[in-house]
Amino acid sequence: MLREVTGGRSVVEASGATVREVIEDLERQWPGIRERLIEDGRLRSNLSVAVDGEISPLGLREAVAASSEVHFVAAIKGGG
Amino acid sequence: MQNKVHVRTTINGEELEFLCEPRQSLLECLRDILGLTGTKEGCNDGNCGACTVLMDDRIVASCLVLGAEAEGAAITTIEGIAQGSQLHPIQQAFLEGAALQCGICTPGFIVAAKALLDQEPHPSEERIRLYLANNLCRCTGYDKIVRAVQQAAAIEEAVR
Amino acid sequence: MSDRQFTVVGTRPVRHDGADKVTGRAIYGADFQAAGMLHGYILRSPHAHARILRIDTSKAVALPGVKAVATAADFPQGPDRLVDLGDGEVPLSYIRGNVLASGKALYRGHAVAAVAAVSRHVAEEAAALIEVEYEPLPCVLTALEAMQEGAPLLHEDLKTREMGKPTDRASNVADHLKFAMGDIEAGFAAADVVVEREFHTATVHQGYIEPHAATALWNNDGRVLVWCSTQGAFVVRDVTALVLDVPVSRVRVTPTEIGGGFGGKIPVYLEPVAAILSRKTGRPVKIVMSRKDVFEGTGPTPGSYMRVKLGARRDGHISAAEAYLAYEAGANPGSMVVPGAMCIFAAYHIANVAIDCYDVVVNKPSTAAYRAPGATNAAFAAETVVDEIAEKLGIDPVEFRLRNAAKEGTRRADGPKYRRIGCIEVLEAIQRHPHYSAPLEGPNRGRGVAVGFWFNIGMPSSCSLSVNADGTVNLVEGSTDIGGTRTSIAMQAAEVLGIPARDVNPTVADTDSVGYTFLTGGSRTTFATGWAAYEAAQDVMRQLKERAAKLWEVDAAAVTAEGGVFRSGDKSLSFRELAARIGETGGPVVGRGAVNPRGVGGSFSGAIADVEVDPETGKVTVLRFTAVQDVGKAIHPSYVEGQMQGGSVQGIGWALNEEYYMGPDGTMLNSSFLDYRMPTALDLPMIDTAIVEVANPGHPFGVRGVGEANIVPPPAAIANAIYRAAGVRMRRLPMNPPAIMEAIWKQRD
Repeated sequence: MLREVTGGRSVVEASGATVREVIEDLERQWPGIRERLIEDGRLRSNLSVAVDGEISPLGLREAVAASSEVHFVAAIKGGG
Repeated sequence: MQNKVHVRTTINGEELEFLCEPRQSLLECLRDILGLTGTKEGCNDGNCGACTVLMDDRIVASCLVLGAEAEGAAITTIEGIAQGSQLHPIQQAFLEGAALQCGICTPGFIVAAKALLDQEPHPSEERIRLYLANNLCRCTGYDKIVRAVQQAAAIEEAVR
Repeated sequence: MSDRQFTVVGTRPVRHDGADKVTGRAIYGADFQAAGMLHGYILRSPHAHARILRIDTSKAVALPGVKAVATAADFPQGPDRLVDLGDGEVPLSYIRGNVLASGKALYRGHAVAAVAAVSRHVAEEAAALIEVEYEPLPCVLTALEAMQEGAPLLHEDLKTREMGKPTDRASNVADHLKFAMGDIEAGFAAADVVVEREFHTATVHQGYIEPHAATALWNNDGRVLVWCSTQGAFVVRDVTALVLDVPVSRVRVTPTEIGGGFGGKIPVYLEPVAAILSRKTGRPVKIVMSRKDVFEGTGPTPGSYMRVKLGARRDGHISAAEAYLAYEAGANPGSMVVPGAMCIFAAYHIANVAIDCYDVVVNKPSTAAYRAPGATNAAFAAETVVDEIAEKLGIDPVEFRLRNAAKEGTRRADGPKYRRIGCIEVLEAIQRHPHYSAPLEGPNRGRGVAVGFWFNIGMPSSCSLSVNADGTVNLVEGSTDIGGTRTSIAMQAAEVLGIPARDVNPTVADTDSVGYTFLTGGSRTTFATGWAAYEAAQDVMRQLKERAAKLWEVDAAAVTAEGGVFRSGDKSLSFRELAARIGETGGPVVGRGAVNPRGVGGSFSGAIADVEVDPETGKVTVLRFTAVQDVGKAIHPSYVEGQMQGGSVQGIGWALNEEYYMGPDGTMLNSSFLDYRMPTALDLPMIDTAIVEVANPGHPFGVRGVGEANIVPPPAAIANAIYRAAGVRMRRLPMNPPAIMEAIWKQRD
């Protein structure tokens, strides 16, 4: 979904101890990506972040390990 | 405002009277005038069975009956099914068989099932489904409802 | 964890609200009464698309018995802004506009004005006296129509978001997103067989039997009190506060019992209107929708246009999967096309995937969620193409799916890798089930299978638990109970405490009385609110151990509890005995739980359907149906079975008969239960269920959630069965008798 920012790549590497730091590192590598993910200092409300396959309720504050996989997915809340 | 009609009727074995506008359905009278809100409105045009009551032992959609037509009739609503503080076997079977989820259609089903079992104590699955075909349920898929009616028939048989 | 022994979890106690529900005592939205109550009625647009030039309420106001009228002009005026209700930001004007239209009517049934009067009849008469001057505009009724160059635009300010980035292209396409993995060209090049098909599905409604109902009182102290039937009391609170521009703390929502929702009772329609009418009159105002209002003025699920292309090698390995999804969002953006895209190939391990999806506004009611929203449409397309490919390769349809089944570590097209999931277990359960191998004799009969998936969600829930002196506990939670969840939640607390389920008294409380709790939906309630109850019970146990320690004059760490008995050394007390002594050991014991859980586990489902197709009339009879689902752990198996059966039957209705039959001017021509044909008891056989339990490692009892995934496979399973019965592949929903006959005749030619 963000491939046009990352020059066509769908998997990129970044470093950081939290999701927020990862995004900062991504912004260093691919300027413009932060704006797609963050607004007013918070994760955009139509997005959730999944770390190692699990949606995180902590969003940007979620801790990330060296080998973690981080995905930004559409936030799905409703549904009966 | 329309002039009101004075209706004398028997509901759940009790004689009572009320005033209603000619245009008010029996469903409205039960719910809004008599405070018997157990009978539900699902569609107001006779197609869902949530408003099922018995009128002189016949199943009727109370949304299709005028309040004024209750004059001189004997009406049974969900509030009259339990035997004092003792649940009717149909009610018991619905609970034990988890035959309700949201419960909105349950009063209509219980009243209709009572009419069925009063007339046919040993109905086949097909007869149960036919008899209850005008009671819509959106939650259960009917499986546990049909089984509960079968169970209630068995309970009543055992008591007999 | 699935083979852990439980005492309460897995049993089938009678539900705590049972007596009220079988005697008619339970109070649902329309049953609520308040002193001095007035009755409201909503006037709705007869036009599918029109500018509202003028509203004159003077004649309505003059009718005896009328106490107030309301229009969008009564909402706080001011600049528009974006608000976040949890599904992404939307303009406040869209939310307010759907409650009472401002400027434009965007669908037939769109609320335009409201009246409060001494009776519903008078209110309805008065509404007919409101004069509205409309300028009708051309309307668009399908996604493809609305996407055309030059199509009439619903919202002049709506600009397409491409991949999340706003463009300046004014359009009816609110969102365009793509998901991709691997190399789709290479994937198709490697295929020995490729099938590409087009699909259309009609708008369908959740069909809950209870129409929406709400009562509001704008009290003399400025508080707005609401009693309504809703899937989320806190959602009603937050949205009502937003629409009325009052602080959230000033609104208190008391949920009544609810007569079905399935996602359709998440949006807020009546409460702000009732509140405004109450403010104007100083009295409580109750508004109850008619069935017609429900069809025309609430949120059905999207109709859709889809294309699916699958490629597979001769050995049965799927080498490429492509989908194009255009979903009708109705009047406002938000069609759940993205969840559809995320679920469409979710059951398969495929390296090369490309999904293109469009959220398109059309002149129909603004869609709402319907049980696994977006996924059923998508599965109808994907699972019938899978069936075709398996047939072309001569591989059994379940075996074909097993060869490609998603498992732990499989990556979905939207990104994440699965943790522990039960897709293979569900497929094996189908394979093993007696239904799958039962002979099906007779002409015009056929059997079909399909699978489905839904994520399930977590989200916040709160719970408090207080211990009574007689050893029972009071449990207060905030999840409105649509299907027996107050019991499944109570059971989880009971399991921890070591007491019977009947010794827990659960209450679903109002928004003043319980901590924030997200809505009942998303298959989250037994999972998340159950977890909150679990935590509250753990808190109670900690406190009780301390009390026992006091009584026995030992260290709390020396006290153990198991099976409802507290022990230390040779001393022991049952839960009940200890409860009797909390007064003397320090006073009340109140436990609390507040969670926003991670560890959500998705649910796979499957369906086996046997049908008979009448070749003269096209009528499809469902002869036998089996629903399979991985629920993680069935807390109360009867209600788990009930969810599986209910979702299956909704899926059957969606497959065979249900649709919004639209006139060319955007009128729904079948807005009654007579012609919006939902399944009755006479249409169906028993619905067999096979509960699969692949414990969710993320939850204390292994719960995944059961509510939704079961509605996903039935339409595809039935389509696949119809093919084997009648030799025709159906690609439109509903597969009603005329559609089947057309397909049969076309094939004969």
